[in-house]
Amino acid sequence: MAENPRIDIDHVAKLARLALTPEEKAVFGSQLGGILSRVEALGRVDVSGIEPSAHAAAVNNVWREDVARPGLPVADALRNAPAQRDHMVVVPKVVE
Amino acid sequence: MPVPLHFQTLAELADRLAKREISSLELTRAVISRTEAVEKSVRAFNSRDAADALAQAEASDARRAAGQSRGPLDGIPVGLKDVIAVKDQPLTASSRMLANFVSPYDGTVTTRLRRAGAVLWGRLNCDEFAMGSSTENSAFHPTSNPWDLTCVPGGSSGGSSAALAAGEAIATLGSDTGGSIRQPAALCGVVGLKPTYGLVSRFGLVAYASSLDQIGPMTRTVEDAAILLGAIAGHDERDSTSLRVEIPDYRAELAGRRGPWRIGIPREYFGAGLDPEVAAAVERAVEYYRGLGCEVRPVSLPHTEHCLDTYYIIATAEASSNLARYDGVRYGHRSTKAKDIVDLYFQSRAEGFGAEVKRRIILGTYVLSSGYYDAFYLRAQKVRTLIRRDFLDAFRGVDVLLTPTSPIPAFKLGEKTDPLAMYLCDIYTIGVNLAGLPAISVPCGFTGTGLPIGFQLIGRPLDESGLLAAAHAYDRVHAWGRKTPSL
Amino acid sequence: MSLSPSSPSATCYEAVIGLEVHVQIKAASKVFASVGTGYGHEPNTLTDPVVLALPGALPVMNKAALDAIIKAGLLLGCRISPVCKWDRKNYFYPDSPKNYQISQYDLPVCLGGEVEIELAGPSRNVMGEHKRIPLTRIHLEEDVGKLSHGTIDSLVDYNRAGTPLMEIVSEPALHSAEEAYAYLTSLRATMIYGGISDCDMEKGQLRCDANISIRPVGEKKLGTKVELKNLNSISFVRDGIAHEIRRQVALLERGGVITQETRDYDGTTGTSQSLRSKEEAHDYRYFPDPDLMPLAVDEAWKERIRATCPELPFHKQRRFLEQYQLPYTLTSVLVWDRALADYFEEAAGLCGKAQAAGNWIVNDLLRELGNAKATLAECRVAPRQLAELVKLVDAGTLITASAREVFTEMFATGDDPGVIADRRGLKSAAADGNELEQWCRDSIAANPKALAEFKAGKDSAINAFKGPVMKAAKGKANPKAVDETLRRLLANS
Ligand SMILES: [Mg+2]
Ligand SMILES: [Zn+2]
Repeated sequence: MAENPRIDIDHVAKLARLALTPEEKAVFGSQLGGILSRVEALGRVDVSGIEPSAHAAAVNNVWREDVARPGLPVADALRNAPAQRDHMVVVPKVVE
Repeated sequence: MPVPLHFQTLAELADRLAKREISSLELTRAVISRTEAVEKSVRAFNSRDAADALAQAEASDARRAAGQSRGPLDGIPVGLKDVIAVKDQPLTASSRMLANFVSPYDGTVTTRLRRAGAVLWGRLNCDEFAMGSSTENSAFHPTSNPWDLTCVPGGSSGGSSAALAAGEAIATLGSDTGGSIRQPAALCGVVGLKPTYGLVSRFGLVAYASSLDQIGPMTRTVEDAAILLGAIAGHDERDSTSLRVEIPDYRAELAGRRGPWRIGIPREYFGAGLDPEVAAAVERAVEYYRGLGCEVRPVSLPHTEHCLDTYYIIATAEASSNLARYDGVRYGHRSTKAKDIVDLYFQSRAEGFGAEVKRRIILGTYVLSSGYYDAFYLRAQKVRTLIRRDFLDAFRGVDVLLTPTSPIPAFKLGEKTDPLAMYLCDIYTIGVNLAGLPAISVPCGFTGTGLPIGFQLIGRPLDESGLLAAAHAYDRVHAWGRKTPSL
Repeated sequence: MSLSPSSPSATCYEAVIGLEVHVQIKAASKVFASVGTGYGHEPNTLTDPVVLALPGALPVMNKAALDAIIKAGLLLGCRISPVCKWDRKNYFYPDSPKNYQISQYDLPVCLGGEVEIELAGPSRNVMGEHKRIPLTRIHLEEDVGKLSHGTIDSLVDYNRAGTPLMEIVSEPALHSAEEAYAYLTSLRATMIYGGISDCDMEKGQLRCDANISIRPVGEKKLGTKVELKNLNSISFVRDGIAHEIRRQVALLERGGVITQETRDYDGTTGTSQSLRSKEEAHDYRYFPDPDLMPLAVDEAWKERIRATCPELPFHKQRRFLEQYQLPYTLTSVLVWDRALADYFEEAAGLCGKAQAAGNWIVNDLLRELGNAKATLAECRVAPRQLAELVKLVDAGTLITASAREVFTEMFATGDDPGVIADRRGLKSAAADGNELEQWCRDSIAANPKALAEFKAGKDSAINAFKGPVMKAAKGKANPKAVDETLRRLLANS
């Protein structure tokens, strides 16, 4: 099985913003096919009436009061920026 | 021959520091020189700052001299997995993506360790973004198992377990999403504790799978784990998933709880794929508990067979979103080949991430994508409910569950190339993360070729005290974690 | 509405419009981070590890943002969900630090509700038709950063990122640019009334996207919708929608086909251009945010918020018409500014002359404020002082022309009207019986013709006696007293 036909790897890679080489596409496609056919077993579990768990144990209403605290100094905020100018992060021109 | 400082336990060293038999500077120097001696072969560290550690040690000694010691951790060199933010130190998650990233802030556990006086020592290697079970997915270098340098130390917290086993730190912190503290602890012959989800703040922990990740201690003894857990546990207002609970004195509780415990043996955890030597060592541990008067009874966790699949859907889905921030814009690797902003994302991420990370991002993106969400992600969340229910049902009749930690001992570096085969390493540890339970791996012997073996105790939610006490009942007598490899 | 066809044979079209309005919630700190919010600060000075999405950072919800959206929901008659949760909306964009937005997908805080609007009446003096535009939902989410574009690159400032934002989604139930305009006006006033947002569109505190389609009148099926973006003033919303409806009608009449797309409206040139076609539809991969816990809003919480809800403009208007018997024109000015309406009610209550107080506010106070480019909060005339002025005029102590003079000085100095009138000698002469009576006798005696007319039953003839009296009093006689004295003397003569 070179590539699982159910996975449109180009589409998924595009959603994930990952440039994949043809080799990577072939390998990942095949490996994901293997994983997904395993995962199909989940389809046989009876989950009728079962609530999904987004958390191991959810607690309601976790918040903080609206109090402003000092943030990062600009130098720290931009310390790791690959490119910066005028205290802003520089990116290639964004065409809307 | 006395045990060298770098191989002593946290509890012993805390005692000797308190009695002024040794200074933190002395201890830290010992750990640093041990590290210099063995690191070439173990390669547990991504980076280390000896000058910074020595300065912290001096500060600790000064505090102690002034009568302001902060407790048992004051002056103890503790290593941190390189997924925990330490201000002004590198934070790489063992990824090329963050190879040059320096954290402008401290994570909550980091703050708490500083408050407890610990000497923060080094950034420990791991699988890239904590994704893996062998530390071979590190973008920088693999780490070797100190018991056999040709073997893996486990993962993803392999740097944390190897450094500890090799005497390069007195205790370490790891992070555990599907077994990443317990499995490397078992493979390196040390203790590793994954706390109840929400007991230890995740603020400052590079997220892999947010609903599963938990930071925990890796130590030579269960008593040391109790000390370290006490320092890092507790509510944090910066983590919405942090629980509001009172933190007991875990170390003091060890003595108070003597059992006997009702021990459940989940039959699904002793099936095909379990190495016979591991099975035998775990069985000897069970016998020991029986000898203590504990009631041992078989239990069933019927949805165990679905844990791995459920885990890989939930963990990768969360990861695909958590890792979207690594885009080469505000920090991290930025491709120089990009022709526009969209290309910048594609190329920076292609160059910055390794194969396992890409594989999981692709899988996670796929299971969340339009048309597949219900079949994969939503269903996995429902099965997760069933898995947690299995555990809670079992705990109606028993106090703790006992299982092997890993089906196999340490394997050879480069041996496992099939991702699915690698995923099976976590088969006994993953359910605990899905259910949010506390679990500890305790060393319980060695294979014929001298590789460590560990067993796992799983506790009720937030019953760390009971879990540690049950583990200590074995560990205080056997103390396999005090054994040291010849390096 | 039906748009007149360009030729008699052509179809009549009906426009169907739904609005998505983003409103920034007024809060001291961001919705998931504790760093402060603000506008016009130096770039990247309002960030922290959470805002920048640094490795390891985690969100914690700001309770005030939730209080604000519950208040908005209560004001607009929404159902407040007893349980809601946070979801991640995944998409890559450089102004979005995490490359996902924390938002609400299937369990928003508010469901349903409506916005009451008023369309223009036949004249300014007559109330127009009222409609209730149904809402789909209101959810809470976080704002993104700001991009500015240079010639070869773009710059990102994350100060705005993480500002609490409400998205108010209407049903496709609006049918004209005018309705959309009225909807936004009403919604904006509601938000300002509730203290939820200042809705300053120049600062991006209120932003509107419109989904517009047209269909032949009578047709039930919706036409292909076009999303119009960057409508950054309320007038641009009206102009942009009108332009888009015209564009679609013209396109169909030429035999063209409307494609689903997003268009950018340029209010300064009155033109729009296609941004992207919807074919590359987004797949946002929504899923529950594992970093945040669910929310449960109970009755007690809702009641606590309800207690802080103000009366809305249209309610107030109906009350003003009934309680104070004000003319519609006055109410339509007074009720849209909560502070102005409160000012009016205080002044009217103190002087008991609602219409007079209303007139002073709408005509004189607003004019002076406009000239001074000042706000009501900066106004030096207290409602108590305006009420006193009304009373002085009503008692005849000040004639209207003098009162205007007094008001101008009140506005400039903040002094009490009585003090100013005394200082400037503008008060009408006290009804000093003897002197006034003598002037009146003199005036009657000097004009036998008017006396005869009055006796013959022509009441208005009395006015002919008043001029000489006023002249004798150098303008300071109390007109009311003059009138009374003249009538008493005439009755006896
Ligand atoms: Mg929208
Ligand atoms: Zn929105």
